[in-house]
Amino acid sequence: MQTPDTDTLEQPVNPSRRSFLKGSSIAAGAFVFGFSFPFAKSALAGEAAAPEVNAWVVVQPDDTVLIRIARIEMGQGSLTGLAQLVAEELECDWDKVHFELVKPGANQARDNVWKSQATGGSTAIRGSHEYLRQGGAAARHMLVAAAANQWQVPASECQVDKGVITHKPTGKTTTYGAVATAANDITPPEKITLKDPSEWKIAGKAVKRLDTKEKVDGSMIYTTDFTLPGMLIAVPKACPVHGGTLKSFDAKAVQDMPGVKHVVQLDDNAVAVVADTFWRAKKALDALPIEWNLGPNASVSSASIAEKLREGLSATTDYVGNKVGDAPSALAKAEKVIEADYSYPYQNHAPMETMSAVVRWRKNGCEMWGATQVPESALAALAEAAELPQEVCEVHTMRIGGSFGRRLATDYVRQAALVAKAFPDTPIKLLWTREEDMLQGHFHPVTQCRMRASMDANGELQALHMRIAGQSILAHVNPKGIGEKGDPVMYQGLDPEGDMAIGYSVPNLLVDQVMVNPHIRPGFWRGVNLNQNALYLECFIDELAHAAGQDPLAFRRKLMAKHPKHLAVLEAAAKGIGWDKKPAQGIHRGIAQVKGFGSYVAAAAEVSVTDGKLKIHRIVAATDPGYAINPQQIEAQVAGSFVYGLSPMLSSECTVKDGRIEQENFHTYQVMQLRDMPEVEVITMPSGGFWGGVGEPTIAVAAPAVLNAIFAATGKRIRNIPIKNTDLS
Amino acid sequence: MKLNINGETKEVEVEADTPLLWVIREQLGMTGTKYGCGMSICGACTVHIDGVAQRSCVLPVSAVREDQKITTIEGLGVQQFHPVQEVWAELDVPQCGYCQSGMIMAASSLLARNANPSDEDIRREITNICRCGTYPRVIEGIKTAAKRLAAAGDQGGRDANA
Ligand code: FES
Ligand code: FES
Repeated sequence: MQTPDTDTLEQPVNPSRRSFLKGSSIAAGAFVFGFSFPFAKSALAGEAAAPEVNAWVVVQPDDTVLIRIARIEMGQGSLTGLAQLVAEELECDWDKVHFELVKPGANQARDNVWKSQATGGSTAIRGSHEYLRQGGAAARHMLVAAAANQWQVPASECQVDKGVITHKPTGKTTTYGAVATAANDITPPEKITLKDPSEWKIAGKAVKRLDTKEKVDGSMIYTTDFTLPGMLIAVPKACPVHGGTLKSFDAKAVQDMPGVKHVVQLDDNAVAVVADTFWRAKKALDALPIEWNLGPNASVSSASIAEKLREGLSATTDYVGNKVGDAPSALAKAEKVIEADYSYPYQNHAPMETMSAVVRWRKNGCEMWGATQVPESALAALAEAAELPQEVCEVHTMRIGGSFGRRLATDYVRQAALVAKAFPDTPIKLLWTREEDMLQGHFHPVTQCRMRASMDANGELQALHMRIAGQSILAHVNPKGIGEKGDPVMYQGLDPEGDMAIGYSVPNLLVDQVMVNPHIRPGFWRGVNLNQNALYLECFIDELAHAAGQDPLAFRRKLMAKHPKHLAVLEAAAKGIGWDKKPAQGIHRGIAQVKGFGSYVAAAAEVSVTDGKLKIHRIVAATDPGYAINPQQIEAQVAGSFVYGLSPMLSSECTVKDGRIEQENFHTYQVMQLRDMPEVEVITMPSGGFWGGVGEPTIAVAAPAVLNAIFAATGKRIRNIPIKNTDLS
Repeated sequence: MKLNINGETKEVEVEADTPLLWVIREQLGMTGTKYGCGMSICGACTVHIDGVAQRSCVLPVSAVREDQKITTIEGLGVQQFHPVQEVWAELDVPQCGYCQSGMIMAASSLLARNANPSDEDIRREITNICRCGTYPRVIEGIKTAAKRLAAAGDQGGRDANA
């Protein structure tokens, strides 16, 4: 069973910080990390203190290797992948690897020795593989040097395999566990040569995750499960119209209900009932008379938002994301312009674990136990709400019951700290209802796209103009990120080059944007803007292929000669589905490709539509992530990403009425279920030389591949998802 | 009131309308059973009552009789893992894991009723929501567990109440 870090309970925060400095021990009580021993319940308490070899590696006397994980595990498996990278260079025994999670305050106190902890944008592995491997290699050097010192032999005469060090000339052996303490005093090497990936033994292999057992026996403690003695539960409700405020509430009406302790106002827009249990707090919250100042957006609707976006499709703009030749004049001169408008609706992250945080406020320090994708920002938000310096605050990061970008925001951290501040010394668990989670999300933004293109007499694409009109996430979360191109995130998958580069050469190309920012709070949703941009481009390219009377794969090939890696994954997916052979009776196919988050991805789908009912039979996905650290986890990520990407295509959308999100739970926000799951074949084809992400990119190709297949099946071009709003019969 | 849970009788004092889910989590301190929707949609709160999967988030505790045996994920494979759990670990089914207690309880209940479920049976019967998208491995896991149970002549009744 996981034992979350409660050991600081009776300790002020500061000393624990100091004692974590180099040489700290993992078993000395006050500063044990959020701890987990997967597959072994042994050995935490009472064990001899083991000093760290370096920031990433602690070796116990029994040869157990603890690898510290600074990034966040939310289901994507990066915890295991990151440990594989360290273990690869460390040359330890993988079966003896365990992990512990790094806390941002400790990181700060050690000058960010663990670098950035923020986890999003599929960056966990590609953003840290180098220093992790170096950390593992440095630790190996130090352990071997310690053994060589003891034997008084040159380190160059020693070799190591699975944590056993052998002095070759004499055959003497020792283990990492035996020399770990001595290794702590060795000066780290100055120059480190990393292994060539072709020599990898642990990285690149389909090893099992390190954290599975506690997820199948129910013992894993998520934030929602975490309990401290004397803890109270707070259940909040914020103004359902974003930007509105709290006018009044009548605490008297609920104060005598069972278990209710208090009703607390949070900032100017929310209220929370605090009770001894969640259920009692929720019941009181439901009964609490609340009045809101709904503000100027109380009459906004999906239709009024769509109308504003539509205006943006033809407005003038200076924000240009990609420009080749002169698309507008080529289109003006063209005999025939093919034109289509697409849209993508608001989405909620809807992780299965709703927002929650446990905070205990004391006048000399404040701690949070909870899930976040951005430990550093969570610490800052905690300290700010606690009105205490960051140095006396700490965030004990916990593993997350799904996040998908939602916990890049720290709104719930602030709320928990505000309640806790009203109850000094009493731990507070703030827990959102599903309804609150649905209404107070940070939504995948809405965009629309007008596609205009012209072809020559041979059906060769001459000009393409993509006008994106829609909501900017950066305008909400980081306006400084908006530059001369506008919001760069809005061009994902359409950039001229880089991690999000378009895979087509078009003689006259223009990609531009008009920002339209409704009051609905936007956020980074797994796959972000790549999702809709790939859908717009890949479905429209399909339209063009059909207009030219050409095979969609052949049509793309001609545009992709200068983009061999984009083309390679597309060819692989097409081959996997058997593109050159006729499909079975009633089965129809579609393909799509894109580059996002540094990886090249493509999908080919087979569907049938019978009496208006869609069945997705099979999807073949091909991914070139440069390097593949754990193929079986990549497979799981790709299949999972399809579920995430196909939900909006099939059935999920958040609509706005009277200024508020209409969908309050899974009965109206209908996400993909097992019954809709196609067979998924995952082709992973790492070509080396670059590091791409795998958590997000394939989301973007699932929907367009299926939509193109639906067109092949029905002749219906669905440009506005979800398809539940369209009659396919 | 008294509850028979994971083979033990527990006394709880709680309002009659409190859903079983919250009694299990808050009064009894067993947190393996999760809250996902509170509306009987997602299945995160699935437990067995007399061996049959039930969603505990909408079931008032007062509706559970003392002679009914409740099994939670903590009571499913007490001596040794239930074959579903075993297979789940082997296939690395969970991603974030949050939905998996409910998924495992639903899968084990299905296998207890239908020892050899077809693809169609699984697609119809398993309606739990997994946002991480573990569905392909859930399907594979159920089929693998079915084979293992058949080979062992086992009906999967290895929980604390069996
Ligand atoms: S929490 Fe019970 S079905 Fe979702
Ligand atoms: S494993 Fe994360 S919701 Fe199912």
